[in-house]
Amino acid sequence: MSAPALQKTYQVQHRDFGTAGEASADIKRMLRQLGVQSDILRRVSVAAYEAELNLVIHSLGGQLSLEVDTHHIQLSTSDTGPGIADLEAAMRAGFSTADDEARGMGFGAGMGLPNMKRNADAFDIQSTLGQGTQIAMTFNLS
Amino acid sequence: MTVADLTTLIEGSLLTPPAGEARDVSCGYTCDLLSWVMAHGKPGMAWITVQTHLNVIAVASLAEMSCIILPEGIQMEGPPLDKAGQEDIAVIASPLAAYEICARMAAAGIPA
Ligand SMILES: Nc1ncnc2c1ncn2[C@@H]1O[C@H](COP(=O)(O)OP(=O)(O)OP(=O)(O)O)[C@@H](O)[C@H]1O
Ligand SMILES: [Mg+2]
Repeated sequence: MSAPALQKTYQVQHRDFGTAGEASADIKRMLRQLGVQSDILRRVSVAAYEAELNLVIHSLGGQLSLEVDTHHIQLSTSDTGPGIADLEAAMRAGFSTADDEARGMGFGAGMGLPNMKRNADAFDIQSTLGQGTQIAMTFNLS
Repeated sequence: MTVADLTTLIEGSLLTPPAGEARDVSCGYTCDLLSWVMAHGKPGMAWITVQTHLNVIAVASLAEMSCIILPEGIQMEGPPLDKAGQEDIAVIASPLAAYEICARMAAAGIPA
């Protein structure tokens, strides 16, 4: 396997709405500089944003990582809890446990995970209640 | 249609620096749920929303929208407005309701 051309990890804080979205914006900026085509750029941006905001809203904190090699872009998240009780339900469009504060800001449509799955070429989510959630997404280049 | 023309069309006022006025508006959309907007966002889009917090700018910027339209006299100020200026997203405040804004945009030929 070839060494990644680019690798970067962002720490995402629980409930930090002030900086929420900055990691995704940085990812988009870097990928554009690398010359990633606009359709892929748009799909990665949407997925990164949804993953980042889920870390802010639902997790106790975690990280969002980007890795780019010749053929793929990988986005992955890992957080420290609380985990998801029913993954099948969580993946369903419209399912949300967002609280009133988040809903008041326009989060909580229950579309974030479906948006990630639709935009990525490969999507995997693992979660253990009481431990945390990991998401891995792959986007094919060319 | 430019952001400046759109501002006039909806009797709005531009809250961000005039630099954004020349940008072309490609299409329109209205929704206050951010994940729906993320799913539908397009370059050049004019997005009508009542949300005025910082993350609205993040969504508009990631989607490369031309402008955000606040209906019913809603205002935006402080950090979100500063951020909008930095990200070249125009913010227009209109006294009209979202439905009326959509009707005028559609009549003027701005597609969905
Ligand atoms: N990292 C996470 N940790 C714990 N629970 C999560 C995490 N990500 C998602 N969930 C759970 O899965 C549900 C669905 O997530 P999804 O992103 O689809 O919708 P949402 O975040 O509630 O709303 P939206 O993304 O539309 O603003 C969440 O409401 C939450 O219960
Ligand atoms: Mg979400």
